[in-house]
Amino acid sequence: MGILRRLTEKPWLTPGLDPLTEPQGGPRSLSAATVGLRVYFSVATVMFLLIAAVLVMRMGGHGISTGQQPDWKPMIWPRLLWLNTAVLMLASVAWEWARAAAHRERIDGVRTGLIVGGVLSFAFLMGQLTVWRQLEAAGCGLTATTMSAFFYLITALHGLHLLGGLGVWGRTVGKVLAGGEVAEVRESVDLCTVYWHFLLLVWLVMFGILLMM
Amino acid sequence: MAYTTIAEDTRVLHHPKTWVGKYVWSQDHKVIALQYSTTAIAIGVVALVLSNLMRLQLGFPDTFKFITPSAYLQFVTMHGMIMVVYLLTALLLGGFGNYLIPLMVGARDMVFPFVNMLSYWVYLLAVLVLAASFFVPGGPTGAGWTLYPPQAILEGTPGRDWGIILMLASLAIFIVAFTMGGLNYVTTVLQARTRGMTLMRMPCSVWGIFVAAIMGLLAFPALFVGAVMMLLDRVVGTSFFMPSLVSMGQQTSFNGGSPLLFQHLFWFFGHPEVYIVALPAFGIVSDLISTHARKNIFGYRMMVWAIVIIGVLSMFVWAHHMYVSGMNPYFGFFFATSTLVIAVPTAIKVYNWLLTLWRGDIHLTVPMLFAIGFIFTFIHGGLSGLFLGNVSVDVPLSDTFFVVGHFHMVMGVSPILVIFGAIYHWYPKMTGRMWNKTLGQIHFWITFVGAYAIFLPMHYLGFLGVPRRYYALGETAFIPPSAHVANEAITIAALIVGVGQLLFFYNMIWSYFKGPKADGNPWRATTLEWQTPQTPPAHGNWGPTLPVVYRWAYDYSVPGAPQDFIPQNVPPDGVARHHAT
Repeated sequence: MGILRRLTEKPWLTPGLDPLTEPQGGPRSLSAATVGLRVYFSVATVMFLLIAAVLVMRMGGHGISTGQQPDWKPMIWPRLLWLNTAVLMLASVAWEWARAAAHRERIDGVRTGLIVGGVLSFAFLMGQLTVWRQLEAAGCGLTATTMSAFFYLITALHGLHLLGGLGVWGRTVGKVLAGGEVAEVRESVDLCTVYWHFLLLVWLVMFGILLMM
Repeated sequence: MAYTTIAEDTRVLHHPKTWVGKYVWSQDHKVIALQYSTTAIAIGVVALVLSNLMRLQLGFPDTFKFITPSAYLQFVTMHGMIMVVYLLTALLLGGFGNYLIPLMVGARDMVFPFVNMLSYWVYLLAVLVLAASFFVPGGPTGAGWTLYPPQAILEGTPGRDWGIILMLASLAIFIVAFTMGGLNYVTTVLQARTRGMTLMRMPCSVWGIFVAAIMGLLAFPALFVGAVMMLLDRVVGTSFFMPSLVSMGQQTSFNGGSPLLFQHLFWFFGHPEVYIVALPAFGIVSDLISTHARKNIFGYRMMVWAIVIIGVLSMFVWAHHMYVSGMNPYFGFFFATSTLVIAVPTAIKVYNWLLTLWRGDIHLTVPMLFAIGFIFTFIHGGLSGLFLGNVSVDVPLSDTFFVVGHFHMVMGVSPILVIFGAIYHWYPKMTGRMWNKTLGQIHFWITFVGAYAIFLPMHYLGFLGVPRRYYALGETAFIPPSAHVANEAITIAALIVGVGQLLFFYNMIWSYFKGPKADGNPWRATTLEWQTPQTPPAHGNWGPTLPVVYRWAYDYSVPGAPQDFIPQNVPPDGVARHHAT
């Protein structure tokens, strides 16, 4: 049933729709976890977009327009950030690999994809922490400039999201290593794959905005 | 249709085996609802006491030595934040949302029961962190509930040392809890409705809570971002919002930040928050009025669409709280227009409530008294909102008691009246007992008349120019003696209303043990929660089979029907069916 038909239904008419003969379709084909994850994407998207909006407004001289002096200082961008970005991309590819294997019922492929995806994600987080240290050493720490404050904030929130995903990853990989069947982990692998792609997209957009500033 | 197997499969339910599992670490939505409600009401009572302390100071200045200027500001701040976020939002969504959604859509539980349980415990943590600020050196923050920088985190503001840190941390924790709950409410409505429960057969209560949950999920991130950034400004010395300034004779290390950015973030959350509180109240009151007037809700589709349209529009009006902030005047024009446009769907709802009552078989039960009381206070608060929505009228009234009178009527008293009505209405389902009606009626009249005695004179004070948030008016030339008399009268009314709430709690406890036994459907209502096999509903709600829905939620006084109500699970041939799991 289309969304328009649903919302223009005249529920006061009886007999209305017969629930026992009504064809089922639409959202029913989606699991609750899928819908829940999509709803969460909207929450996280709003959060990161708001940070981006504040960043752009702050950069655009919002403070200056209220009588403040410009406080932008040059920001250092360690090369490691590019490597980290590539690692996160590869993690997404590994998850896609795992998902494809799950749909082909190949547990060995799922195992490989999961382990590689997880290890690359941890590597990304380690890389981001290393970038923090490099910035600190170069005198560009959290409070050094406004841009660095935004950078630390964005990477921290992004990293926390990735850590949350790794929690689910741990549970999934545990099941696979304990000899679980593909059917037991297929949904987790599917949802984690989409989640990793989402976090990759968030990182690319936020990193891009930071660079443009 | 979204009839998922989750709604039907009893195996996915968490079955507790111990007392602790059943009543403490419970995953049952009804227990979680009661946990949320109890916690919210408990911290709400603290906020009520704070408001009475504020009134003592305003009504009888220089009388109570323990109310210092700093303490007064702390009372103002904590009262506001607790009432808006930790009481109203938590009670309407965490309490009523949890209790009503699964029962009203015919599900066994929320779709993510564990996350639901986690949501409550994280909420409790947020409340404890907030309450802890009463006991730390310097006390809670006195920055005003809007927590505007730069003053919120500068020396000289009460609670600058620890209070503001705990407040911001508590808000961030609360938002994490709300997000977990909100995901549950939205997904359960979308995915776990029973057979036949189409979106347009859902009761208005579910629609209100559903749209409010979506709004909360989209609006709370703004407060989260603002709170985290201000926390960084305060704790580590970043300058997201803090401009370069001299404080206490010292040049601070802040530079270049914009306090206005925080205001935008705060109100991007703050205005939708008004409707996050109001929409569940709108939905619930629609069901109360329809049930107790024995008449179908007038214009059901309009009511649903109005809820959705109000929800969407409310995301585009936030800066009407910032007319005096110095923002671009063209913004004022845009936000005044969008604000006034909201009056249209809101007025539709008010007319429809009145038209539902028109020629209805009105039963003046206690829930109905509160519902009708709500219509009065909401119209009142809505009309004064039209004043403040206009830039040219808002500017002189801004930061006066007119604003205090307005927002208390529209988002304080009105939702609270609905909450009381809803508790009186659903208490028999929750406990299997009826209230003492006489005590309930006395409670209503004290609260309703008292609310007018408190907040109506505030509009007058506002027109005189009496500023809000002032510890004492002193000898101010433009404030006549009548304003002081009004303040005394308001204080006396506030104390009576405050003490009058003891009737509510006494009645609640007395009824639990001694109240007359309620049958499963004492109000003869149509919605599914009244059709459960047991009262109070057992874990899993429905026994072995789920109800099947054949009609909307408002078949009252149907011509030719043997009774004046037809439950949603009664098919056209009159024989209730269930579907097997």
